[in-house]
Amino acid sequence: MYKVVIGLEVHCELETKSKNFSSAPNTFTRTPNINVATVDLGLPGILPVVNKEACRKALKTAMALHCENPDEVVFDRKNYFYPDLPKGYQITQVTKPMGRNGYLDVLVNGEKKRILIHQLHLEEDTASLEHNSNFSLIDYNRSGIPLIEIVTEPCIESAEVAVRFLEELRDVFLFCEVSEAKSNYGQMRCDVNISLMKENDKQLGTKVEMKNINAFNSVKAAIEYEIKRQSELLDKGEKIIQETRRIDEDGKTYSMREKVDAVDYKYFIEPNLPKVPLSKKYLDEIRKEIPMLKLERFELYQEKYGLSEYDAGVLSADKKISDYFNEVVENSNDTNLALNFVSTSVLSTLNKLDITIDEFLVKPKSIAELVNRVHDKKISLDHGKKILYQAIKEEKDPIDLIKEQHLEQINDEDKLLEIIKNVMDNNKEQVRQYVEDGNTFVYNFFVGQVMKTTNRQANPNISLELIKQELERRKQNDKK
Amino acid sequence: MDYRHKTIKELKQDLIDEKTTSEELFKEANELAHKYQDEYNSFVTIIDKYKKRAKNDSMINGIPYAIKDNFSTSNILTTASSNILKDYIPVYDATVYKKLKINGGVLVGKTTLDELAMGGTGTTAHTGVVKNPWDKKRLIGGSSAGSASAVSLGIVPFSIGSDTGDSIRKPASFGGIVGFKPTYGRISRYGLFAFASSLDHVGCFTRNVEDAAIVTDILKGHDPLDMTTLKDEDIKYSEHLDDDIKGKKLFYIKEICNIEGYEDENIKKTFKEFYKLVDKLKEEGFIVEEVSFDENLLNAIYPTYMTISCAEATSNNANLTGIQFGPRPKGDSIDEIMFNARTEGFSELIKRRFILGSYILQKENQDKLFLNACRIRRLIVDKMNELFKEYDGLILPASGSFAPTFDASSERLNPKATVLENHMAIANFGGFPSITLPMYYNNNLPVGINLTGKVRDDKTVLNMAKKIEDIVNLKNKVAGDENV
Repeated sequence: MYKVVIGLEVHCELETKSKNFSSAPNTFTRTPNINVATVDLGLPGILPVVNKEACRKALKTAMALHCENPDEVVFDRKNYFYPDLPKGYQITQVTKPMGRNGYLDVLVNGEKKRILIHQLHLEEDTASLEHNSNFSLIDYNRSGIPLIEIVTEPCIESAEVAVRFLEELRDVFLFCEVSEAKSNYGQMRCDVNISLMKENDKQLGTKVEMKNINAFNSVKAAIEYEIKRQSELLDKGEKIIQETRRIDEDGKTYSMREKVDAVDYKYFIEPNLPKVPLSKKYLDEIRKEIPMLKLERFELYQEKYGLSEYDAGVLSADKKISDYFNEVVENSNDTNLALNFVSTSVLSTLNKLDITIDEFLVKPKSIAELVNRVHDKKISLDHGKKILYQAIKEEKDPIDLIKEQHLEQINDEDKLLEIIKNVMDNNKEQVRQYVEDGNTFVYNFFVGQVMKTTNRQANPNISLELIKQELERRKQNDKK
Repeated sequence: MDYRHKTIKELKQDLIDEKTTSEELFKEANELAHKYQDEYNSFVTIIDKYKKRAKNDSMINGIPYAIKDNFSTSNILTTASSNILKDYIPVYDATVYKKLKINGGVLVGKTTLDELAMGGTGTTAHTGVVKNPWDKKRLIGGSSAGSASAVSLGIVPFSIGSDTGDSIRKPASFGGIVGFKPTYGRISRYGLFAFASSLDHVGCFTRNVEDAAIVTDILKGHDPLDMTTLKDEDIKYSEHLDDDIKGKKLFYIKEICNIEGYEDENIKKTFKEFYKLVDKLKEEGFIVEEVSFDENLLNAIYPTYMTISCAEATSNNANLTGIQFGPRPKGDSIDEIMFNARTEGFSELIKRRFILGSYILQKENQDKLFLNACRIRRLIVDKMNELFKEYDGLILPASGSFAPTFDASSERLNPKATVLENHMAIANFGGFPSITLPMYYNNNLPVGINLTGKVRDDKTVLNMAKKIEDIVNLKNKVAGDENV
């Protein structure tokens, strides 16, 4: 058995209106070479203009990952020749990345693991290449799209932890609303560095790099394959070669190139982008925008609201649903009822209609209002649910529906008693059955009649008690 | 009419008075351009068709001009005088060119430069050497060689150049004209083919200081496409040229201006003229003082300039691979195509600079070479800024003497002469506004005086230069004129 040491380099495209250093749109399209400005082609004389929003989102993500932020924004050039890099250099950050020394906690089988983040920096994506048998095509749509790269410390011990980290990291992107992080669009990509060492070794083993893996299950497959491959080599007493490998569809990895020495990218500070100081005020403003992350919500739901692990998991999985639930809870007096409404009625409706929470028209405050009315016994739970379904169906506000349909629950005992007396006067046979035969089955009959008479507005519990009392009173009177 | 000797202001007045038309001026410029092309090689491209322009009351409306062939001009060949771009036709306009178009300037041609603006001789263009209009055996200097010779020959009243070490101000000295580069960021670099981004400046050539102010007034301003440009300021330099200069303080550097340090008789003569000028300046109300400057720093100017500029140039020109644009030679792999494009596309001189730049930026050398050069640059700039707290400008000869002949051996062996020939890079290090104008003629060959001022204080530099011009009284000379 060997100790596995994994480090990840995760790239994620940021969601912005325009590219990182040009005004070309940053949108996903399958039509090649339409989102292209002169700057993205690296034509002679072009100059970069930095995208403020991309900087803000990179800083925000760094903060969400508990990183230290720099005192100023500085960009560097990474120089190398490749046809997907039109300028011959990539604008990136080395001197002062947007974040350093952070971490992200992830749950692995119920156990919390802290993954250390070495750094987060902002850079630009390259063009994409399509290789054919005897020619290659270049698509510059991707050239210059803002990209953040997150580099972990070599602190991940298994494929499972690596994948859990990637999942949690994607949720950070989604919760912070910095990216859609769709791996099938290549918006989130990952390089894996992996080495094996003997349990008691002090020095890390030879590192093998696997580049540009999109799908999380491919990351898992690649790591598992590499652990097996490297273990077998080490078992045989062979050496691991420092190299870059790619993963194929069969889940196996293949050698791409040997890495004799690390490439020298000849980094230096980008002279065309003036250094911009970051004020405490500006950073504080960004920090305020960082929402509570998934794991915090998951824990909060269990600890503060007493939700089951399952319910907490469901409600914290999606930021928008979680935000919706939070707003319902904040505005209602009954967390259990709120949970009941959101997890059964709202979520099942989303599933049934196959819509997102954004498209769900009933506002959380209205649900909270319903919850409160049920809680205060102004309407019945039964009515509450029915109103909600009607509101969803007719795209109306449930509170308006309650008012329209006079559905407010009748809890007034005098009023109910009057109705009950009336019902009993009209159903003498059933009264007789109780008075003479002691038949308690008539309770339900009378509750049903009261509900029917009141158009289901009567509080059924109070009604039942009053019916019992009234029947008993009539029995006593009859004896006299 | 006497087109060749007229200033922008005079041409403008002639147009207003309908003594001439813009088309007539263009034709005259075009004819002159062709007439002198074989002899002097000022242009890479001469525009032959007069294009109707937007009419407005801009000072340059209807007036011919030329622009260096390293500014992006859409639909007009732009080669940077390099084989690797010999067929490159840009798809976009440099901000400077756009401004000139909007103002109604009439483009006469794209001027020859040292390949990719790297060089100070005007001899390395892919289309051949540029000759000095005052003496064809001599060079005009570079890299803005053609822009200088076109103005010096009177083909155009003004032209646009770029200046990374002294690429405007040195050829201005050898051409007997005015060359001005304002503060770094005063004029947008968007569309200027980058040589060394932190040192590159856009500027102009004219035959008098007022025209330089007029052109700069048009070119300056914040550009959202160039993040290093300065905020707009609400003044016109051309309206402050005759402000009172009484009490303005100038300094010159003792270590450079010591006549005894030079052997060359012509350099000695230049300094004699320089000191004569200093005396006249004092008479006219300037305060001029001698200041001592650390000789180690002075000796470091040239190596510092070479180190930083080669490093940045290597990176800036990494887009020239034949993949996106330019000639694409055959090759069995992408690497081979790029390799062949660069091997065939660049001259040996350029390759040498790229190899130097690459070496300088290598991890193991970067701190010792590149970062140390950046530190020295900082020391020099700090020292200058300290001096500018007390002084309004630095005044020095723009070159030790007139333009050298093509076969003259380099004076580089003498370190003092190296400092004398390269001190103007100080203005590029600090982004200081700097202007060269004629100082005297030695045997019918011009030698310039250079004035460098505080960052952002372009107004005062031009104001003082105008006063110096009045004192020297050598403005509006055109090469070939008698009795200068």
